[in-house]
Amino acid sequence: MLPARFEYQIVSSVEEAVAAKTQGGDEARFLAGGQSLLPMMKLRFATPTHLVDINRISGLDTIERHNGHVEVGALVRHADVAASDQVSGVVASAAPWIADPLVRNLGTMCGSVAHCDPEGDWNTVLLATGAEVIAQGPAGRRMIAIDDFVVDFFTNSLADDEMVVALRIPAAAGASGGSYQKLERKVGDYATVGVAAHLELGADGRISAAGVAMTSVAPINCKARDAEALLVGNAPSAELFAEAGAAAAAASEPRDDVRGTARWKRQVVAAFTRRALTEAAEQAQS
Amino acid sequence: MEITVNINGTDHTADVEPRKLLVDHIRTDARLTGTHIGCDTTSCGVCTVLVDGKPVKSCTMLAVQADGRNVTTVEGLKSADGLHPIQQAFSDEHGLQCGFCTPAMMLVGAALIDENPNPSDDEIRWAISGNLCRCTGYMNIVKSIQAAAAVASNGAAGADA
Amino acid sequence: MTDTTTTSPEIGGIGHSVKRAEDARLIEGQGNFVDDIAMPGMLYMALVRSPVAHARINSINTEAAAAVDGVVAVVTGELMDAHGLAWMPTLSGDTQAVLATDKVRYQGQEVAAVVATDPYIATDAAELVDVDYEMLDAITTPQQSLADGAELIRNEKEGQTDNLAYTWETGDAAATEAAFANADRVVSLTTHYPRSHPSPLETCGIVADVNSVTGQATLYMTSQAPHAHRTLFALVAGLPEQNIRIVSPDIGGGFGNKVPIYPGYVVATAASLLIGQPVKWVETRTGNLISTGFGRDYYMTGELALSNDGRIQAMRVDMLSDQGAFYADAQPTRYKAGLFHVCTGSYDFGNAHIKCRGAFTNKAPGGVAYRCSFRITEASFLIERLMQTAADELGIDPAELRMRNFIQPEQFPYETPTGFVYDSGDYPTALRKALDAAGYDELRAEQAASREQGKLMGIGIAHFTEAVGAGPAHTYDIAGLKMIDSAELRVHPTGKAVLKIGVKTQGQGHETTFAQIVAEETGIPASDIKVIHGDTDDTPYGLGTYASRSTPVGGAATAMVARKIADKARHIAAHLLEAAPEDIERDADKFFVAGSPDQSVSIQDAAFAAYTNLPEGMEYGLEDVTYYNPPNLTFPYGSYVVVVDVDPDTGVWKVRRMVALDDCGVRINPMIVEGQIHGGLTEGFAMSSMQWITFDDDGNCIGSNFMDYLIPTAWETPRFELLETVTPSPHHPIGAKGIGESATVGSPAAFVNAVVDAVAHLGVRNIDMPVLPDRVWEAIETANT
Repeated sequence: MLPARFEYQIVSSVEEAVAAKTQGGDEARFLAGGQSLLPMMKLRFATPTHLVDINRISGLDTIERHNGHVEVGALVRHADVAASDQVSGVVASAAPWIADPLVRNLGTMCGSVAHCDPEGDWNTVLLATGAEVIAQGPAGRRMIAIDDFVVDFFTNSLADDEMVVALRIPAAAGASGGSYQKLERKVGDYATVGVAAHLELGADGRISAAGVAMTSVAPINCKARDAEALLVGNAPSAELFAEAGAAAAAASEPRDDVRGTARWKRQVVAAFTRRALTEAAEQAQS
Repeated sequence: MEITVNINGTDHTADVEPRKLLVDHIRTDARLTGTHIGCDTTSCGVCTVLVDGKPVKSCTMLAVQADGRNVTTVEGLKSADGLHPIQQAFSDEHGLQCGFCTPAMMLVGAALIDENPNPSDDEIRWAISGNLCRCTGYMNIVKSIQAAAAVASNGAAGADA
Repeated sequence: MTDTTTTSPEIGGIGHSVKRAEDARLIEGQGNFVDDIAMPGMLYMALVRSPVAHARINSINTEAAAAVDGVVAVVTGELMDAHGLAWMPTLSGDTQAVLATDKVRYQGQEVAAVVATDPYIATDAAELVDVDYEMLDAITTPQQSLADGAELIRNEKEGQTDNLAYTWETGDAAATEAAFANADRVVSLTTHYPRSHPSPLETCGIVADVNSVTGQATLYMTSQAPHAHRTLFALVAGLPEQNIRIVSPDIGGGFGNKVPIYPGYVVATAASLLIGQPVKWVETRTGNLISTGFGRDYYMTGELALSNDGRIQAMRVDMLSDQGAFYADAQPTRYKAGLFHVCTGSYDFGNAHIKCRGAFTNKAPGGVAYRCSFRITEASFLIERLMQTAADELGIDPAELRMRNFIQPEQFPYETPTGFVYDSGDYPTALRKALDAAGYDELRAEQAASREQGKLMGIGIAHFTEAVGAGPAHTYDIAGLKMIDSAELRVHPTGKAVLKIGVKTQGQGHETTFAQIVAEETGIPASDIKVIHGDTDDTPYGLGTYASRSTPVGGAATAMVARKIADKARHIAAHLLEAAPEDIERDADKFFVAGSPDQSVSIQDAAFAAYTNLPEGMEYGLEDVTYYNPPNLTFPYGSYVVVVDVDPDTGVWKVRRMVALDDCGVRINPMIVEGQIHGGLTEGFAMSSMQWITFDDDGNCIGSNFMDYLIPTAWETPRFELLETVTPSPHHPIGAKGIGESATVGSPAAFVNAVVDAVAHLGVRNIDMPVLPDRVWEAIETANT
């Protein structure tokens, strides 16, 4: 399959990119890694009239740690995230499981986040860590909490004239850990079930902050808030994590489909939540 | 739009529609047909080429995106010194049957060895997990990449000595 | 490994792991696949496919498509019909629409084609062909299809009043019933062998170059059977056969997918004829998956009648196959369910009865022998799953149950209750060897211990017997063409040779192994022999490569023609040595008078003499051709042992070990044989674990691309440990049996048996393929409640 025709523009700055996209109108799209967009265009599920190629904007391809955050620029590829020593916990855990090794060489983390595919992994990870999206429009930059960014499937809260320029992932000051558990049928597959867990421990060894989020078991990537609430203030234990797993499973809304029955997926959510939390706690305690 | 892509050390200039996929530019404009097409969904990887040394799927990159960049295809593996060790190894270890996925597998293998001169069985399997093969069951592909790595590291050791 | 070589490595005859002749071009990207072909003035065709599974076509409007700049023609069924080409025969005696005129009968069916100067333009214009569909109920299962009141799918077919495609039965019903009535125990299993697709990485395609002046049609196409295709093209299109040349260049995998003739080939050829320019059509992956030949899709109920001590007395099978909209199985004419009647497997018992019905549904037609000698995969799966079921039900170890029932080595040739005559085998030795290599007793001990700890591990066994190499002309034909095959050998004056064969490689390495057969028989080094295949103007007739028939039939023809050449060379040698031909002996590479090996004539000397210095009365040249009609099929077999670990929380299972012993008779090139087994095991693993095509209730294909139709990567694919025994086929000239498909045929049952074995103690007896994690977990849950 081959894509339909479109206008193509290469830009060299974010300002130029935003202007070009605005000029391009409703059906203009940014092109970064293109690993989700181009397949959709080839299948003609997507037929943008304009592509604004941001790949040659300099300065967007870095991962930097400052002010208690890790900032991941718009042109950072999945493979860069996987190879970076700036990321840890659930982000580092998830990075190798994004798509496949070749797709990771081109696809960008920011692009994937903006794409808001409910079966994508990154938004689940960002929900668990409480990350923010840095968007830039004609009026400048603003921060959008990931909870507010993910609006619906394939729908984010960006304005038409805004571009994701970076992600801001909190870097815990104290003891922390995280894990992403993904059941994929084969490499490159979307998650049948994915669970991201992020834990921070206080000086007393109790959980001071917890993030649990899920992939592919609800209409959008979503947090398991009841599970998080159960965890905070308690000491890590197998019983606690099993309870959290049950809470996450209860919060999930999977459907029967070709990948499996809903009740089985719920079971996997419970098991994965338990495993992810166990791994997260072990990291935090080490 | 006029683009110039350096493929295997030679500049290929062509006037292409922006929608033209890099794989089509390579196959039809540069007439290098060792890079194949096997799916519509970025799944099979038979179109793999190296762009600035990194393996990517050339069916999921526009030709215009490759303007000014260096692309290596299977035809670029061989040098004046003869076959690339990965090519020799694929033949020696029966790493190919129908040969359709082979250019891609060899390029991924070559890029892996560049980064990791002594990859384990698992590391090789992980590296080629974006590429499908229907014939070999991967056993001899893994063996071929290992054999090529052994040649490459022996060569490097020899050079050091 | 058994050393069976009689020639030096320099000659590279049978038993040498000669490096492949085909590799040189392929590792340099110099292969020549259909899509690599470019011709001056070549046009590109894109197909318009039905988005729905069942609908009446009210109208097709091509105006907008035809108006696109660069579009040369838009072809519809109406145009094809005007040339008598709207329908074509299938390989099973049915007819199939080339381009739909009345109704569409499956999602993805070909409705129109756009020919343009550029593939992008053809794709654009195909989107603009406007078809007005009137929706009909889609029938998505054979059970629905045969229910009362089901919509008639084949309303155009004369005399067809229901959706039944065929019925077939074989075996002795009365004797089988009697055996069941008297049996101590009856064990049964109902399972579905799901629809699968061979999906070679290269899709199907053609460059059709028809010269409208001379009428010469040169068709470069992805064909596993170029000669048969030439004849079928002649019969279908009414073209004179001498004007059709089919060239099947390098093929990027076939696995049965490239056996049938598909509408795209016919339309591209017609378009080239009408337009007078070459037309290229290369399928999209989606087109390949949703419209071309699938495999399997059999609903099977099998029963075994047994004595209390586990001796099988009879087998009974009732099946229903989902044929899709047209009955288009590629299989020998005489058999409606292929060679399914090999389902009695490796076991010695008296009676069997098999009945089968096939139903039309709103799915793609095809029923190709996907890496399988016509339904043998289903048959082998059923008996080997039944053996596991019987072992679990009777409380007998599954290895022991097989040992008790095996056909014994001294019983060969062995006639099965369904009429096959197995040529040779030693099953107990094979299974014993595989079990020992796996450490079977230790594994069983580990299993018992791990169950105590709530862990789930399973050991699966399959011992399969295949029937390949169709086949003897008295029994086997496709579309009337007897399933013989051929080889032509030309030895040039310098002693170098060209071998031309009727079969066609798709990666199996014919250019290497067939040269080795000639090397073995003549002493000409394999590296001095060029093997030509795939070009119908340049090779003798043959039925093609599928059903593991290349070595059993084409390989036999090669050995026989090489023997003719060797015999003539011996006569020439006698002349050169001034001796009587009957006194001449040959070792690997030279002729000499018995008792005086120091004075010798090489095969090269004899070749030169064939053109320069001949005995009186002998015809010049050293060339011959052989058409080989095999006396019987060959019967490769194997013993597989799989060890899996199952995660009780998620149902995810992982293969810990896979031990595969294959006996394919004499191995021409052990390296290539092992490669074939690796590939076959992987496809068996794929089918057992993830690879299936399913449909929603509206007949939409779930599995129409590689994101939904799952092919395992190196990461999921297990490591394989290979073993062998060598039991030559007594009737094959070089004792070889064929190996291309064994592992795909034999391994699915081993994988499924392993997973079922892991949970058998909980009461689980069956999990249908693919054994998805949720199915495993659900089976445990159901057994627990």
